[in-house]
Amino acid sequence: MKSGSNLEKVIKSGQPAVTAELGPPMSADAHEVIKKANQLKGFCDAANITDCQTAVVRISSIAAAYIALREGLEPVMQMTCRDRNRIAMQADFLGAAALGLKNCLCIAGDHQSFSAAGRLKGHPGAKNVYDVDTCQLVGIMKKMRDEGLQQGGDKLEVAPKFFIGASWTPMGDPIDFRPYNLKKKVDAGADFIQTQGIYDMELFKVQMEKARNLGLHERTAVLAGIIVPKSAMMLKYMDSSVAGVSVPKELIQRMLKAKDAAGDDKKKAKELQEQEGMKITVELIQQALEIPGIKGVHVQAIEWESAIEHIVKAAGLYPRPDFSE
Amino acid sequence: MIVGQQKKFDEIWEMVKGFRKVMVLGCNTCIAVCHAGGDKEADALASMLKIKAANEKVSMDVSHGAIQRQCENEFFTPVLEDLAKYDLVLSIACGVGVNFLSARIGKTPVYPGVNTQFFGGVPKPGFFEELCGGCGSCVLNLTGGICPIARCSKSLMNGPCGGTNKGKCEVSQDIDCAWFLIVERMKQLGTLEKLFEVQPPRDWSGSFHGGPRRVVVEHLRDIEEKQ
Ligand code: SF4
Ligand code: SF4
Repeated sequence: MKSGSNLEKVIKSGQPAVTAELGPPMSADAHEVIKKANQLKGFCDAANITDCQTAVVRISSIAAAYIALREGLEPVMQMTCRDRNRIAMQADFLGAAALGLKNCLCIAGDHQSFSAAGRLKGHPGAKNVYDVDTCQLVGIMKKMRDEGLQQGGDKLEVAPKFFIGASWTPMGDPIDFRPYNLKKKVDAGADFIQTQGIYDMELFKVQMEKARNLGLHERTAVLAGIIVPKSAMMLKYMDSSVAGVSVPKELIQRMLKAKDAAGDDKKKAKELQEQEGMKITVELIQQALEIPGIKGVHVQAIEWESAIEHIVKAAGLYPRPDFSE
Repeated sequence: MIVGQQKKFDEIWEMVKGFRKVMVLGCNTCIAVCHAGGDKEADALASMLKIKAANEKVSMDVSHGAIQRQCENEFFTPVLEDLAKYDLVLSIACGVGVNFLSARIGKTPVYPGVNTQFFGGVPKPGFFEELCGGCGSCVLNLTGGICPIARCSKSLMNGPCGGTNKGKCEVSQDIDCAWFLIVERMKQLGTLEKLFEVQPPRDWSGSFHGGPRRVVVEHLRDIEEKQ
């Protein structure tokens, strides 16, 4: 065992892993984290605690991860390269390990300009860091864990033992380079991979085949990312505006049909679309788990954590394996 | 070349309005090429200041001029004495020129009329783009001549982030994704596999992050000492 985390144990056991996502609040409200943690607990093997996603200031990933851990939900802390240099990152790894955190996902992070792209003022004038990039961050964590050394070479009496993750956008541009992007993260030391949300399973299959041809499925656990669709509008937006995401027309049609079935009743339209969205998610999960080399799913119900219970049960992935002694 | 843009006139006026005798000093090298601070722009800016001063009923004596380079001693020799007679020199050179002149002019303040932005090229007239970030340790041999430090919004060293969208950077549809370009260029050169190797964390101490930098060319120093 590299870290002894629950996620690592599930993956090692050969059963399909389920990770979810918990977005910390934009205020010092611990209860929000506690509430979401309890909605997810028992229905996933670990939950990612996002690190100021879309560059919006929120409870830090480490603090929220610790709260989740106290609630009995295993967290995957996230670390972006945007906000910290290698000194702060390594200090946080030591601190996070000392608090009992065992999984970490390394990501580049959305550019700070994203923070003002929606309705928020954000901090588009912030300075970013990018002292190291994702591959380098993965390498730093691995060196700390396996060699007991800081990036600069100083010894660690007690090494932080993390199960190291990285993200992968399999269908991003330039698409023929993406399998090599994955390879670099695996070469750097990524134990598990969570992909960008996938709707186009056929294209994903092609990319996974390329990854398999590079032998990557044997060296890392790829969890297919599924973003639970809430509405036809959301699917259309993801298709047109989110990098590396394309949504097949049939899925958008299905959501539109669900919406239209409600007529003018807005509340009902929302309900029907949410139901259809969960159904689509379950189908996507099942399709993803059939792809050779896929070791699990990463299901993101953004600001809708309560949907996970239903989805996981409907997908036949409940109960989750229990490794607690 | 160094690329900059003239500050907004209102901002310049706020800086300048308290001074009686003002010299607008241009620089005829890089900053003239980007039409921000050469002799023509010095002339135009001085005229605008005169008109504004007249409108605001502020008595202000505005002159203008330009030298070939505000970053080397020899070009200042003929004008330095004259410049010291003004209450303010508004330099529309790049920030280097403002610093350089400020250190030599004595008690006269030197204010910036230009926002200095980047090291760039001129792919077509009137269009300037950032191409190098002066990182102190060039890696263009690894990236097909396309700078990942200055041209990738996250200065990534190991390939594109997840934000690349149809060849554009996640920051804006107006910005080409450097890593998209790098991959295409490396394919064209037949050296794509160079990109498959993980690049370790960089040593940034040779960049600005190591503190202000100096370059000493020994043989040139020796010649000067002999003279
Ligand atoms: S790698 Fe450094 S020196 Fe080379 S072009 Fe980029 S910023 Fe300039
Ligand atoms: S989209 Fe391309 S240029 Fe922009 S930050 Fe990502 S890799 Fe860099």
